[in-house]
Amino acid sequence: MILELSHLQRRFTDFPALDDVSLTIAPGEFLALLGPSGSGKTTLLRILAGLDYPDSGSVSRDGEDFLAMHARERGVGLVFQHYALFRHLNVTENIAFGLRVRPRRSRPSRAEVGERVERLLQRVQLEGLGNRYPAQLSGGQRQRVALARALAVEPDLLLLDEPFGALDAQVRVALRRWLRELHEDLGLTTVFVTHDQEEALELADRIAVMNNGRIEQVGSPEAIYQQPATPFVCEFIGKVNRLPLRCEQGRLAAGSWVLGDDPWQGRHARAIAYVRPEHLALDVPAAQPGWTARLRHVYLAGSIAHLELVVDAPEQLLEADVASEDLARLGLHAGMQLRVAPRSAVVFPQAQDGTPVPGDRWAWQAGAAVPR
Amino acid sequence: MSMRASARAPDWPRRLLRGALVLVAVGFMVLFLLLPLATVFVEALRAGVHAYLASIRQPEALAAIRLTLLVAAIAVPLNLVFGVAAAWLMTRFEFRGKALLGALIDLPFSVSPVIAGLVYVLLFGAQGWFGPWLDAHDVRIIFAVPGLVLATVFITLPFVARELIPLMQAQGSEEEQAARVLGANGWQMFFRVTLPNIRWALLYGVLLCNARAMGEFGAVSVVSGHIRGLTTTMPLEVEMRYNEYDFAGAFAVASLLALLALVTLAVKTLLEWRYGNEIAAHAPGGH
Repeated sequence: MILELSHLQRRFTDFPALDDVSLTIAPGEFLALLGPSGSGKTTLLRILAGLDYPDSGSVSRDGEDFLAMHARERGVGLVFQHYALFRHLNVTENIAFGLRVRPRRSRPSRAEVGERVERLLQRVQLEGLGNRYPAQLSGGQRQRVALARALAVEPDLLLLDEPFGALDAQVRVALRRWLRELHEDLGLTTVFVTHDQEEALELADRIAVMNNGRIEQVGSPEAIYQQPATPFVCEFIGKVNRLPLRCEQGRLAAGSWVLGDDPWQGRHARAIAYVRPEHLALDVPAAQPGWTARLRHVYLAGSIAHLELVVDAPEQLLEADVASEDLARLGLHAGMQLRVAPRSAVVFPQAQDGTPVPGDRWAWQAGAAVPR
Repeated sequence: MSMRASARAPDWPRRLLRGALVLVAVGFMVLFLLLPLATVFVEALRAGVHAYLASIRQPEALAAIRLTLLVAAIAVPLNLVFGVAAAWLMTRFEFRGKALLGALIDLPFSVSPVIAGLVYVLLFGAQGWFGPWLDAHDVRIIFAVPGLVLATVFITLPFVARELIPLMQAQGSEEEQAARVLGANGWQMFFRVTLPNIRWALLYGVLLCNARAMGEFGAVSVVSGHIRGLTTTMPLEVEMRYNEYDFAGAFAVASLLALLALVTLAVKTLLEWRYGNEIAAHAPGGH
C-alpha cells in the first residue's frame, strides 16, 4: 500500500495550511510529520483521515483516488490528540464502535466482536477495564483505549495526532517505546504528527519537517539531524549556533575563523553557518583558524555538559556540548580562555537583505576541499 | 476546649446575619410564590371537591384541555427538531450571519408575546397580507387552531436551541469526527454519539418548552378570537371564566396549569440534581 500525496493545496481564510505538499508514504513505515504549530501537519493528517479535503492536488493509494473514498473504504485508524473517546460508552463499547456501525453484511457477529475487543484489550494492556467509562481512566489508559478503538477496524494506515502531547513526561517515554514495538508487531503504516523533535527523532523511520504549510525536508532522522536541507530545519531540530559569515577577498569567514574560498564566488552577498554544539572543537592549535573564547558557564546535565562560551570578535555567544568525562580531561572550568573552532558546519547563502536563497547549501568540514 | 470556645465566639454575628438572610429569602418566597400558588388550590376547592370536579368536567373546560394538549403536541416536537437542527448548525459550522441567526433564535425572548400574536394577525388575518388569498382558498389560520399553533411555536422556539448550544459548544465535535473516521454514517453518528451526549439537556429543554407551550397567554390570546370550546386554550379559559365572575371555575382550570408547573419543576429539579453537569448552566430566558 503506497500512498502518493501530490501537490496538495489547502487554504484557510487567512493563511495557507498546505502549500504544494508532495509526499510518498511507503508501506510499513513509521513517518513523523514534524513542525511548529500552524505548520500544516495536522491539516495533512486530517486530509488523510477524510476529515478535511484539499483545495487542489491528489492523494492516491496504489493508483486509486484516495480522496474519493469514504472513511470506511480508506482503512484508516485515527487517534486524536485528546483521544475523543465516546464519553457515554464504556471501554468495550468504545473499542467495538467501528465494528458495530458497519452495514449488516460486513458486520462481524456479536461473539466475534467480543472476541476481537478482548484481544485488543490485551494488546493495549487494559484487560479487566472493559467496563470502565473514559472519565474513570488515566490519561495513558485513555490513550491506549483510543488506540485500541482505532485498531479494531483493522486499518492499513494508523494516524496519530500528537499522540503523547497530553501525557506527563514519564508516561510519555514509556508509551513511546511501547508504540514503536506495537508498530513493528502489527506491520502497519503509521503516520504521526508531533511538534516534539526528540519524539520524532527517536520514533520515526522517516521525518517530514513542515513549516508554513510546506515540507522543508523529508529524510531519516540521521539525515535530518546531520544534513539539514534548510535554515529552518537547522534551527528547528536540535540546538544550533548561528554564525553570520562575511565574504572577504573571496573567502568566507566569521572573524578569525576562516572557512575557505567562497564556493559561490561572490554570487551571494551573505551567508549563515549553523554549527551544532557537539561540533565545536575546544582545543584548537594556534596555527589553525579559530576564535579565542572565554568559558562563562558549565552546565552539567548528566552524561553531557553544556558549555557557554563568549567570543569577542565577532561578538558572539556560543554553546558547546562535551561528554562529562571530558570536563576533567580538558581541565575545563568557568572563567578560563579557550581556542575554539567548528569541526563542521552547514552554510546557507543569503541575499543582501538577509533572506535565505533556497536550493544552495554547503556542508563544510574542517580541512575538506571547497566544492567548485 | 477554651480554644474552640474562643474560635466560636466571633462566629455568632455571621450566623445571625445568615439566619436573617434566610428568613428574608423564605419570607419573600412565601409572599410572592407559595401564597399565590396556595391561593389557586384553595380557591379552586373552596366550593368542595364535587364542584371542583364538575367545573373541570364542563365541556368548555374539557375542550380547552384538549386544545392545549393538541397545541403543545404539535409545537413541542416542531421546536425539538428545530432546536436540535439550529444547535447543530450553530456549533458545528462556520458561516456568514451566524451571529445574526443566534440573535434571531433569541428574538421570541425579547419580543413581547402580544406583538408576536399581532404579527400573525397582520400576516394571515382577514385584513392581513395573505388574508384575501387564504380567504379565497377557504383556509382559516387566525381565530383557528393553526394560528394558535403558529403563535405557540414562535414563543417557544428558543427553549431547546438555547439549552443545547452552550453544551454542544463545550463538548466540541471531536467525538463526532472520531465516529466518522470509524466508518459511521450521518445517522449513526447522530443517534449513537451526538444524541446520547445531549440527551439530558435536550429533555430539560423540551420540558421547559412544553411548560411554556401550555402556559402561553399573550400571543395566543391575540390570535385566538376567544371562541369558547373551539379556540380557547387553558390559560384563555381561565381568563374568560374569571371575567365572567366564575372564580371557582377559573381557579379550577388554573389549578391544573399550576399542577403542570409543579410537575415540570419537580422533574427539572430531579434532572438538575442527577445530571447537572450535562445540562448547560444557564437556563433559557434567564438573560
